[in-house]
Amino acid sequence: MDAQSARAPMKNSGTLKVTTPSDREVAMTRVFDAPRHLVFQAWTEPELLKRWLWGPDDWRLAVCKMNLKPGGGLRFVWSHRDGKDMGMSGVFREIAPPDRLVFTEIWDEDWTDGETLVTILFSEHAGKTTLTQTVLYSSRQARDAALRTGMEHGAAVSYDRLAELLKS
Amino acid sequence: MMETLQALAEPHRFQIVELLRDGPRRVGDMVHRLGLRQPQVSKHLRVLSNAGLVDVRVDAQRRIYALRPAPFEELEVWIERYRRIGEGNFQRLDGVLQELKAKEEKRGRTKR
Repeated sequence: MDAQSARAPMKNSGTLKVTTPSDREVAMTRVFDAPRHLVFQAWTEPELLKRWLWGPDDWRLAVCKMNLKPGGGLRFVWSHRDGKDMGMSGVFREIAPPDRLVFTEIWDEDWTDGETLVTILFSEHAGKTTLTQTVLYSSRQARDAALRTGMEHGAAVSYDRLAELLKS
Repeated sequence: MMETLQALAEPHRFQIVELLRDGPRRVGDMVHRLGLRQPQVSKHLRVLSNAGLVDVRVDAQRRIYALRPAPFEELEVWIERYRRIGEGNFQRLDGVLQELKAKEEKRGRTKR
């Protein structure tokens, strides 16, 4: 092995990990360098959510309303600079600061084939928080379709860069 | 890395690399599987070898080609950087949290 092949790919504790705990679920895990009550706060205050929860390609979170109690509603609308909107509504099932947050979600243009159930767990260790966000889809087909879209988007971004690089 | 991408960009060379993913192969075997003529395959293998993508060894008069891991590892490191673009939301959340933490520490200090 030469020096180049001995260099291992970068692994970063802050990197997003995606797993499929069951055939209807997708779970994302990410570590944040902050205690969990702050991560919980950043997830439950609309003005804070608007600052980070964007869609791909600069879809900004423009409307963020949440009635933070069991049975309370939530309404998120993302806006693109070309004027298009993308909305999602849901209902809170469980609010247990700073441990967990459970709510349902459904997109206005129902591309997940029905409602999904989102469970966010916040666990703290040595001042750092591990956030686990699990989305339960209505069926395996719906889950697989969502995974494909996500991956295709990721791949599309990479391929765009590759194409640009090859042009130069 | 540009050399790797350029070598892979030719469809037949890409096919050769895909064939070699399963393990080392003889030139004759690749000629058979690709449906190309031997000089063509040899030319592509020379390009792949010059770009550092394959190694060749001679065994009983036969030339056996195998992939070299280094250029693929280099590509992986490069792609990893782009994968993080999808992580934009959480990187923004990192920023928000640093700010909340700083505010809280400040509040804690003024209370005391």
